[in-house]
Amino acid sequence: MLRKITMTINGEKRTLEVDDRESLLEVLRERFSLFSVKQGCSVGECGACAVLIDGLSINSCIYLAVWADGREIRTVEGFEQDGKLSVMQQAFVDEGAVQCGFCIPGFLISATELMEKKRSFSREEVRRALSGHLCRCTGYQKIVEATEKGLK
Amino acid sequence: MEFRIVGENVPRKDAVAKVTGKARYTRDMGMPNMLYGKVLRSSITHGRIKSMDIHKAESLKGVVKVLTPFNTKCHNFPTAGHPYNLDPNHQDIADRNVLTDWVRFYGDEIAAVIAEDEFSAKKALKMIDVVYEELPFYLDPEEALKEGATEIHEGSKNVVGHNRFTLGDIDIEEAFDQADFVYEEVLEVKPVQHCQMENQVAYAYVEGNGRLVVVTSTQIPHIVRRILSSALNMPVGNIRVIKPIIGGGFGNKQDLVLEPLVAMMTLAVNGRPVLLDMEREECITSTRTRHGARFYMKTGLRKDGRIIAKQLKVYGNGGAYAAHGHAVIGKMGGDFYRLYPAEKAVEYESYTAYTNCSVAGAMRAYGTPQITFAFEAHMDNIALEMDIDPLVLREKNMVQKGFVDQLTGVPILTCGLPEIISKGKEYIDWDKKRKQYSAQTGDKRRGVGFALFGYRTSTYPVCLEIGGARIVMNQDGSVQLQMGATEIGQGAATVFSQMAAETIGIPYEMVHFEEFTDTDVVPFDPGAYASRQCYVSGKAVRKAATEVREKILKRASGMLKIQQFALDVQDGNIIRADNGEVLCHVGKIALDAFYNRTDADTITADVTEVSDTNCIAFGGCVAEVEVDIPTGRVEIMKVLNIHDSGKIINPVLAEGQVHGGMSMGLGYALSEVMLYNEKTGAPRNNNLLDYKLPTLMDTPRLDVLFVGENDPTAPYGNKALGEPPAVPSAPAIRNAILHATGVKVNKLPMNPQTLFEYFCAAGLI
Amino acid sequence: MYDIGKYQEATTVEEALRYLHDDPGSRIIAGGTDILINVREGKDMGVHLVGIQRINPLRKIIVNREGTLSIGPLVTFTELEENELINKYVSYLGQAGGTMGGPQLRNIATIGGNICNGATSADSASMLFCLNARLHLRTKESERTIPIQDFYLGPGKVDLKSGEMLTEILIDRIDYQGFAGKYTKFSQRKALDIATIGCSLMLKIRKNIIEDLRLAYGVAAPTPVRCCNAEQYAVGKMVTLEVAKTIGMKALEDVSPRDSWRGSKAYREQLIQELAQRAVMELLDQGGKKDA
Repeated sequence: MLRKITMTINGEKRTLEVDDRESLLEVLRERFSLFSVKQGCSVGECGACAVLIDGLSINSCIYLAVWADGREIRTVEGFEQDGKLSVMQQAFVDEGAVQCGFCIPGFLISATELMEKKRSFSREEVRRALSGHLCRCTGYQKIVEATEKGLK
Repeated sequence: MEFRIVGENVPRKDAVAKVTGKARYTRDMGMPNMLYGKVLRSSITHGRIKSMDIHKAESLKGVVKVLTPFNTKCHNFPTAGHPYNLDPNHQDIADRNVLTDWVRFYGDEIAAVIAEDEFSAKKALKMIDVVYEELPFYLDPEEALKEGATEIHEGSKNVVGHNRFTLGDIDIEEAFDQADFVYEEVLEVKPVQHCQMENQVAYAYVEGNGRLVVVTSTQIPHIVRRILSSALNMPVGNIRVIKPIIGGGFGNKQDLVLEPLVAMMTLAVNGRPVLLDMEREECITSTRTRHGARFYMKTGLRKDGRIIAKQLKVYGNGGAYAAHGHAVIGKMGGDFYRLYPAEKAVEYESYTAYTNCSVAGAMRAYGTPQITFAFEAHMDNIALEMDIDPLVLREKNMVQKGFVDQLTGVPILTCGLPEIISKGKEYIDWDKKRKQYSAQTGDKRRGVGFALFGYRTSTYPVCLEIGGARIVMNQDGSVQLQMGATEIGQGAATVFSQMAAETIGIPYEMVHFEEFTDTDVVPFDPGAYASRQCYVSGKAVRKAATEVREKILKRASGMLKIQQFALDVQDGNIIRADNGEVLCHVGKIALDAFYNRTDADTITADVTEVSDTNCIAFGGCVAEVEVDIPTGRVEIMKVLNIHDSGKIINPVLAEGQVHGGMSMGLGYALSEVMLYNEKTGAPRNNNLLDYKLPTLMDTPRLDVLFVGENDPTAPYGNKALGEPPAVPSAPAIRNAILHATGVKVNKLPMNPQTLFEYFCAAGLI
Repeated sequence: MYDIGKYQEATTVEEALRYLHDDPGSRIIAGGTDILINVREGKDMGVHLVGIQRINPLRKIIVNREGTLSIGPLVTFTELEENELINKYVSYLGQAGGTMGGPQLRNIATIGGNICNGATSADSASMLFCLNARLHLRTKESERTIPIQDFYLGPGKVDLKSGEMLTEILIDRIDYQGFAGKYTKFSQRKALDIATIGCSLMLKIRKNIIEDLRLAYGVAAPTPVRCCNAEQYAVGKMVTLEVAKTIGMKALEDVSPRDSWRGSKAYREQLIQELAQRAVMELLDQGGKKDA
């Protein structure tokens, strides 16, 4: 069934019809060309599809699009301000956290969720907060270092 | 050699695009009016298809076409990303077709649906009825090779390949007779999977002019094009392959796993674009794996620890199709022989067997992780039995500078092994901890372990090594660097740009590198594999950049009326070579080259370079572990990889490569394995929950150190680095477990269940 | 796109119960982290779903005057872990939930879903067994409250009747006051994994004597399981390593782990003993007592 929903995507209010059966991942990629939202496993294991939903990092592959009605969705496409990378994006660039880059938007989502809690975190807390993302290139080291830098 | 840009931590070319979501991977592109393809995979492990009913699927709304082995045929093709060999006897085995009626593994491709949307395509798959006639299947290479086993490929006797060599002045048995100590054992590694984060994906269409275009996530665009040409019987010039940004490969994309099928699909629908997007389960089961292998190893030594004779017989699990054939297992022979040359005799024999497992192929370091695990474990077992420090045993036997490989003729001109050992010992406090942990009791025990390896840079002289580079200077003096070598996430675009900037004499920012590799545009280069690109393709960059630099200087000399030898290019300026005085910006020279009414001749270079040298990268890993004996869990307390990869072109990127390799090595050591149901042959764990890729929480701090000197055969002093980091962690951890517990764990992975069984057998539990 | 036959979304419990009543084959979807995966795998193709994410009253955690904790089934694992009342009274339940999956899953997966899914591996379930949790279940016409032990019928099978929905998880003061607790998840990976064995222990100690001990496991039997033999043995004992070991051994009498490709029976039995023993000693070190 088609259902009309309204959500805020990267700061813009969007109203559209979605099929009950569609995932948020599909809607964000196919209707809004938000290609940072990556499909890596389709079962919520890899974290490549994570987006911020009302400030929480959630895997959009196992999230029905209709659930997004009335919510605020953010992806890394919306992180830049005035053409400048966010602090966290810049830290990922500066620390060499990026390799193939497929997992990186997902990590940035969880790192940003953490950053917005506006408190300090121990390394163990940072590691745990990022532990829902798989990466095969980096051994996670520079990603953790970049996140810590971004949190400072 | 002194460098200005090579060796610097310049920022990655594509980092900003990748943190903003602007980087375009294959699935992010596509075409208007694109159709969706889905593959029906066999639900048995070995057998023939007796019948297939596609009527229901065909009549489902949205379905455009159903392809089967019976209505689709192309030429059998090989899939390996190897350079073509003009000698038919050395060509890869062409044992694949796009779809098969002879199922050879669980998940084999037996039909395909093309539909207007993905949902209908998937639904249609469930509506295809297949009747099979099952055959016996084999998951173990030695079972498959037994006399009378059912053949998986007709006439093969289930042998993909076999090789044997002996070296030395005397017979191996005679050499063993002369040994004071002979040690013999069996070791084993299981298949594992790459799990690059981006699954295989491709789409294809036919252009108005009749040319086939395949956009694919591959490491080897030019090889894809050549194999498509032979599979489809289409002139190679009529095919265009485009590689967008890709989300990791690790060898899994050094093989054609979906391109011929997606090409057949578009051809079946009159050239309309068709997308074939693999799901994770398909990717784990039905692409490629790292070969499992069993090693029968025997070594003879003198009392003082010198190895005089070495013998190894390997049975490799090739899986259901040849793919890289015997190359992976065959290559182990060189690694086996080279690192610790035996004084008197070496014998190596190996088989790659067809089995009904997922197809094995290239995976980061191409056989070297397997043989290094086996031999480095073997070395520590010998050291234990002979009561020698394992590093002393290695020092007595390891290869040295000046050694000439008898198999390849390649001399070793640089060798960082002594420094690798000394730095590693210092890091872990080796001598103290070897003693301290030597007689522990209790539930938790610590140990330290070391492993070494050598890794051949590029495939020379086994294969032809050729690289290409084109440099086109822009009006502003910046350049476009175009290469058939591919950026697959490892940072190739960045380091090639550093090389070009270095040699031309312009800033790094003035080198532009398009990461989309388009065979219509870029010069020929076989692609990313064998840790070859910086070395082989790097030579092409150097050659092209040198040519550009000469052209700049020549024109500058004419413009400035100063003799060419008195000029230099530095930081994008033409300077006086003797005193560094800046005379003008290269942009001025470039503009003149474009628009001079009497003498216009744009500055470009388009070169091919054949690489006829090679060198060995060395490395090691040292680790301290704590083994929780009652639960079989291993904690890594400290771990360091040390690499002699010659000149490090970009240390931050290089560290990243090493971290990733170590992580892969830790997974190989402790958790990763492809599991099959023994009764049905079906995969057990083809998803990211059950395939135990290490998570962040499983990954300790990874320490990295680079040692060594510039290699004189290399374009910028550099040796292999892409693959080597994945090699030594597993044996180092294994040897640390041996030190901690006294238990010889001779197989991978050393997951808690496996260690529990070993500890029970050893009476520790 | 998921192969969902019908989707209805409720904003009140009554609405949800009406949907369930009117379409008896339909199932509740909360966080979706299990159901959507099953649908994708083809296990529940064409399933009719009733979405309850927006029923905010089911998201509450409260404690009443008698000290009974009431946990709404829509409480996510992140909320559980961060909740003040949970941290004050049953922090170990929050800790158990915090071992489930990864952070993004814990941000959406719910405790109610974890229970109703019926998996023996559910990370919150064995601790709820220790806590003698009671489940409040409603249909359009009736309601009942049953001990969690009675809810689990077999692997993936729970006593959720047609038209019925879990609306509250209740824990009485007597079941948490004075206890220390610990959940040990033994899994191959330290994140994003399911337990090889999950061990929940609650301990009440006075003057080094075990006054009460509760021990339950996940993946040690077809459903989560309490270990009555071990518990009976423990009461009145002075805590020593020997006693802790015996508790672990006694636990084996109450469990029935099986051989599977994820782990052998023998290995699971080893973990069952070892984890209990370690948890006892660890809680002892922590004082074995927590004021509530």
